[in-house]
Amino acid sequence: MSRQSVAKAHEKIQELAWAPLYHEPVSQYGTDYTFSKANKKDPLKQVLRSYFPMQEEKDNRVYGASDGAIRGNMFRQVEERWLEWQKLFLSIIPLPEISAARAMPLLFRTVPNAELHNGQAIQMIDEVRHSTIQQNLKRLYMQNYIDPAGFNSSLRNFQNDYCGTIGRQFAEGFITGDAITAASIYLTIVAETAFTNTLFVAMPAEAAANGDYLLPTVFHSVQSDESRHISNGYATLLMALADEGNHQLLERDLRYAWWNNHRVVDAAIGTFIEYGTKDRRKERESYAEMWRRWIYDDYYRSYLVPLEKYGLVIPHDLIEEAWNQIWNKGYVHEVAQFFCTGWLANYWRMDGMTDKDFEWFEYKYPGWYDKYGAWWENYNRLSMPNGHNPIVFEDVNYQYPQRCWTCMVPCLVREDMVMAEVDGHWRTYCHEACRWTDVEAFRPTFQGRETPNMGQLIGKREWETLYHGWNWADVISDMGFVRDDGKTMTAQPHLDLDPKKMWTLDHLRRCPPLQSPNVLLNEMSDDERQAFHAAYVRGGPAGRYAPASA
Amino acid sequence: MTSTIERNLPHPHFTDAEAGAKEFPDAHARTFNYFVPAKRRPTHYEDVTVEVQPDPRHYLSQGWLYGFSDGRGGYPLEWTALKAWGSDRPVPERYPGSGGRGYDWPALGWHEFRDPNEEWELTLYRYNSNVVRQINANIDTARESKAFEQWNRNWVHFVERHVGAWMHVEQGLGLYLFANANRRAPTNMHNNAISVNSMHRIRFAQDLALYNLSLTDEIEAFDGTAHIATWNSDPAWQGVRMVAEQLTGIDDWCEAIFAANVVFEPLIGELFRSHLVQQAAPGNGDFVTPTVVGAGEYDYASRDLRYTRAMFELLVRDREFSDHNKTLLNQWTATWTGRCLAAARTLQPLWSQPDWKPPRFEDGLDLCKNRFSALLADLELTTPKELKQ
Ligand SMILES: [Fe+2]
Ligand SMILES: [Fe+2]
Ligand SMILES: [Zn+2]
Repeated sequence: MSRQSVAKAHEKIQELAWAPLYHEPVSQYGTDYTFSKANKKDPLKQVLRSYFPMQEEKDNRVYGASDGAIRGNMFRQVEERWLEWQKLFLSIIPLPEISAARAMPLLFRTVPNAELHNGQAIQMIDEVRHSTIQQNLKRLYMQNYIDPAGFNSSLRNFQNDYCGTIGRQFAEGFITGDAITAASIYLTIVAETAFTNTLFVAMPAEAAANGDYLLPTVFHSVQSDESRHISNGYATLLMALADEGNHQLLERDLRYAWWNNHRVVDAAIGTFIEYGTKDRRKERESYAEMWRRWIYDDYYRSYLVPLEKYGLVIPHDLIEEAWNQIWNKGYVHEVAQFFCTGWLANYWRMDGMTDKDFEWFEYKYPGWYDKYGAWWENYNRLSMPNGHNPIVFEDVNYQYPQRCWTCMVPCLVREDMVMAEVDGHWRTYCHEACRWTDVEAFRPTFQGRETPNMGQLIGKREWETLYHGWNWADVISDMGFVRDDGKTMTAQPHLDLDPKKMWTLDHLRRCPPLQSPNVLLNEMSDDERQAFHAAYVRGGPAGRYAPASA
Repeated sequence: MTSTIERNLPHPHFTDAEAGAKEFPDAHARTFNYFVPAKRRPTHYEDVTVEVQPDPRHYLSQGWLYGFSDGRGGYPLEWTALKAWGSDRPVPERYPGSGGRGYDWPALGWHEFRDPNEEWELTLYRYNSNVVRQINANIDTARESKAFEQWNRNWVHFVERHVGAWMHVEQGLGLYLFANANRRAPTNMHNNAISVNSMHRIRFAQDLALYNLSLTDEIEAFDGTAHIATWNSDPAWQGVRMVAEQLTGIDDWCEAIFAANVVFEPLIGELFRSHLVQQAAPGNGDFVTPTVVGAGEYDYASRDLRYTRAMFELLVRDREFSDHNKTLLNQWTATWTGRCLAAARTLQPLWSQPDWKPPRFEDGLDLCKNRFSALLADLELTTPKELKQ
């Protein structure tokens, strides 16, 4: 179509918007936001006559590349270290994608702008695209990569595993609670606008460096739809800003959404990029460097800050604090170390770090070796079964962490851990911002104001509770993380596929039982609990116990 | 002399990480093992669809993590009154030391539904791209061959007003009934099929709008905005508009899909498209409108109705709740048949507007009623007394 006819087509399809005369559409989702003063903002319009062929063309490129990868024996050059972590990533990501599709109707009745609804419906089908194209990529890995274990049980794993639970927030947060909080601020303004660049651009670059050029093809194709979604969110945000009464809610929701996305996405993607790669060229950007560029400069400085003039209160303190966590407090390193401590409870193989890796980490994060080096040396020493237990049971000066009730990542930066008693139950949080999210933000009143539509944090949020007192062999069987010989574990703390070097349920059976940190915490007396907390926050880095004397 | 700039790129090397390179447990386990396929082998569609949306009754050991203000999370089964086997069993309870096991997969009859169209992204973009390409080609050909010049004045008005008005039905239902319902069903198979249905509707609405735009450019007497006034105030359309709006007001997602695809479409959609527009157009010199309208008719008759049938067949034959479901579906049938028939009758004046008249309204309606009754019989439902009106 010519440019003029595109413009005319855009104008024409505006005639499709109509308001009901006889019956209102059903109203199924609530919000505490109001839109009484909002001017209607024009989002990017999409004419399906050009949209469908455009997407089909993108598909042709993706599926052409898939065929090419298989014909060209791509898997002879793929790094196993990298692809193993994809068992986690690709088990998580199709659910957030499809949840973004499901989130769109939350906005139909709550945002009174029929022109926007069209863009939301197209986002819906884009997200169906993303979810199924990613499932398809995973299927291709399962069929062609050397070790299908963990891919073949992907969605059951994801739904039963504590890493899955961390990732699941990134989906369930889109589809429940206050409709604007969920489908607009959490999903679009923060998850899509801030974090899809690290997900869908930084990660693919790392994949390519590890011999996998299929993941970049799929994810760049996915990312090319995001600008339309970001535009939907921006139009909604400007409408919301027009009503003064929304400013307090926007401030609350940006704080929650920003901090939760940082906790969840930086934990996962940071680990994949820093610990899942074999590319240790000094020129390669670290996750911290990418974060600084894409999230701090592009999102924070260029997108959020200019919105201040419309009255948006930006959580400057939490943005600086997220950077502080990544740069000074070793957030990503702490998470990767925890993943590997708990390798046995998961469903992929986690490669240890070598001298070459150590050198790169020391170069990019000066001081890294003194903090983490000894632990990784122990990890390698304990990786093959040889009369000892998995590292979590061995004496390597690592205190198994409490879990954050809100973001469900463990409380790894020990000094930041806080506790609160809620409904007679003690909860732990990785940071004050996560305590605030649970205790203050997700409540029916906020700073004295009624917020009857705000959602709730629900579910059994500490995974370990479910298996308190269980033998580890039974835990792993119950979750289904066992290979087809009925005893070899799906997960391994090394990459050697020699069956004699792989851990089995028999090795686990002789380990001490699983103990839930949260159950234990609640069994303590008040004094014991205070003493426990005082020692915990003196612990770390790298999970070290607090020194014996203060 | 040429000089090469030293480029620093990662160096791929031989890893031999290819399927079959070694023997070890799971080395040959190359199918998804967390669901039972409908047939012997899982289809590509099943692989990319099943279990993406979780269910705490089989897996999901920690339960849903985020809830609405009433504490309900995920995809509550109560969002429809229909039930599939297993629905009354409680969600497995979790407590310290409970373990994480649920019921054996699928745990609920809902998970047995498969979209017979096997829609996922590859199929849906191919299908819809082909449709828009075909429509564009037809309109271009018509323009080049001056086909629109053969239209008589009355037919021009008929198309600008009445074919134009139909775009609003598609848009309204596509967005506020179908897209809306994609949040509501308990499995990914349902919600994806419903999303695809929604896009068919919205695409068809835009097909009609852009066709209307082309006609505005091509035919001098064609008023490109007349469809708006027709939809807003022409008495012949207010019955259809009223029932379309009423459909978007349904809370129960199964009732919404059922009322739209099993009742409204056979009694109103096909009546208007197949028994009026498609029949009247050729006699009035119009060979183009039927290709545009026919694309929408094909979406419905061969794809959207197909998944709808499969979805409700499963429910009327459910091993536990067959009677319960039939009772409700029969009630919904009666309610919506009355409303849709009344609305269909308000369209009757349209039949006398073209110069060349289509077959009689009553004959068209009888054919629609017959098709509707046959559809109900296939679904083991009773033809309601309202149909005899
Ligand atoms: Fe997406
Ligand atoms: Fe998106
Ligand atoms: Zn936290």
